[in-house]
Amino acid sequence: MSINTNPQVLPPPDPPGPIKWLKDNLFGNLFNSILTIFSLLIVYFLLGGVIEWFFNTADWRPVTKAPLLYVIGSYPREEMWRVGLSVTVVFFLLGISWGKWGGLLKSVSLALGGIFFVLAILPVKHVQLDVAMRTYLGITVFVMALGYILGRAEKLKPNLIYILWLISPIIIVVLFAGIENSEVLKQVATTSWGGLMVTFLLAIGGILISFPIGVALALGRRSTLPIVSASSTIFIETIRGVPLITILFMFSIILGLFLPADARLDRLLRALMAVTVFSSAYTAENIRGGLQSISKGQYEAAHALGMNNFQTMFFIVLPQAIKVVIPAIVGQFISLFKDTTLVVIVGINDLLGIGRSVINSESDFLQLQLEVYIFIALIYWVFSYFMSVASRRVEASLGVSN
Amino acid sequence: MTEAIIKCTDVHKWYGEFHALRGIDMDVMPGEVIVIFGPSGSGKSTFIRTINHLEEHQRGTIVVDGIELSHDVRNIEEIRKETGMVFQQFNLFPHLTVLQNVSLAPVWVKKKSKDEAEKISMDLLDQVGIPEQADKFPGQLSGGQQQRVAIARALAMEPKIMLFDEPTSALDPEMIKEVLDAMTELAKSGMTMIVVTHEMGFARAVANRMFFFDEGSIVESGSPDDIFKNPKEDRTKLFLSQILQH
Repeated sequence: MSINTNPQVLPPPDPPGPIKWLKDNLFGNLFNSILTIFSLLIVYFLLGGVIEWFFNTADWRPVTKAPLLYVIGSYPREEMWRVGLSVTVVFFLLGISWGKWGGLLKSVSLALGGIFFVLAILPVKHVQLDVAMRTYLGITVFVMALGYILGRAEKLKPNLIYILWLISPIIIVVLFAGIENSEVLKQVATTSWGGLMVTFLLAIGGILISFPIGVALALGRRSTLPIVSASSTIFIETIRGVPLITILFMFSIILGLFLPADARLDRLLRALMAVTVFSSAYTAENIRGGLQSISKGQYEAAHALGMNNFQTMFFIVLPQAIKVVIPAIVGQFISLFKDTTLVVIVGINDLLGIGRSVINSESDFLQLQLEVYIFIALIYWVFSYFMSVASRRVEASLGVSN
Repeated sequence: MTEAIIKCTDVHKWYGEFHALRGIDMDVMPGEVIVIFGPSGSGKSTFIRTINHLEEHQRGTIVVDGIELSHDVRNIEEIRKETGMVFQQFNLFPHLTVLQNVSLAPVWVKKKSKDEAEKISMDLLDQVGIPEQADKFPGQLSGGQQQRVAIARALAMEPKIMLFDEPTSALDPEMIKEVLDAMTELAKSGMTMIVVTHEMGFARAVANRMFFFDEGSIVESGSPDDIFKNPKEDRTKLFLSQILQH
């Protein structure tokens, strides 16, 4: 007797192609066709105007005159190699991690390495894109490739890479700031730091430092000890109830009044503290959301195995909770990256601050504000877009979205 | 005569106003296999969970291997090291591989070396018949395989007592046997076991004593022969007829 009594059925037909789609949706009848053509004309005139302005009318001199300004501000040019070296260190680590893990790191490395490579061979003449700069860009790409080859090696333990990443911020800050009484690494006051360098420093520094604080606050808020949970809750809700700008003012002005005159904290450090405090409250709430998604069974299983509360948190609950909230943390990082523009108000020359000082630097540039702001907006947009694409990839690879 | 390894005397438990356990007395001898059964809400799961203090009892005493279960955190941790538990919903750690699931507690709670813990874990995975799944994540395994990992995970702590809280209730029918087989093997090896289950075939074959729970009390207890062939209480008869009907 045959078991297979169901007749064979063909799969449903493929969805219609783009031409069919166009015909159905845009040119379905006469009225639709007229609407479509009319809209296309409007788009053409609007977009045409923008493109015309962008390539012909606009005067990009404020940008092209000294592009380095937007990257490092007025960091002493003879000490510039230190910023360069920091970037090279990061590229090297990216290369190693790409070799080891691939995936998203591959895309990030390729994108950044690609930009550097294109700049190195860009066929335009520019004072700041001289042979030395091109050599530096080339070498940095080469170092990344070297890192990739190293990362491919089986013998290289992932733990070593984690440690390198962990100490890299220290190396970078030492390189940027210099060491007291050192000939090679002269101290560079943070007042001369500026541009993208400061923007990234504040955003990355803020997220990295706020992360452990946020975890502690999230655990604190869920604590059974009333004092711990109340103080965590009060801290989180106060910070979340106040705009970032208030916290920035608080740290840059009011903090100075309370501290003795000789204990003045560096201005950039104060801004970083403000950004960190602000960000840690949001990180805490994100992590708390992750903690709530962990089922009671996980705690019970860990306890039944004899683990104490700390072990249960550290090995079982937190790793899962953090994994759940990675996309939210990336989103938070993107908004923090944009929010750092507020530090202009307390007198720090981040990317936006540099733009403003460029406009004020020459009388010619005063009418070229639009160009400068559009350029800066583009930079923010490119980085933010890049990061949100990355976060979607992270989400997909973690299987969070399903 | 040997000493009982678990001594429960007059154990009471309330959830708010609801009296979930109403004076449970039970002594378990080393190597004994106890099956607890009864309708849902009868307190059988609650009772088994009081033994390793996942639920707190409010009156009466529970002594496990000479350690009295009290509010003292050290006693609770000691008892948890003596008892392994297998849950209805497996409760494996989804972010760790099977091998890590099994070897985590021996390393951090028993302070064994990583190599030693992994060797023990591999032996246990072998014993429950899934050594080839060691590097997979729990989500990649079938329910029956996951529950066997959970058994191996509990055994890795080298417990003297194993508690099973409805270990086959969340499984598809075709996977129940593989889990019961692993449990039968364990019983044969001399492990003291308390099993909350409705698998009467397993009870008949493996249990030394059975306890019928209803409304937070022990209605009837005895050997499987007594319970199946001539149950004394009407409630036991009724319940058995309901679950053995088909």
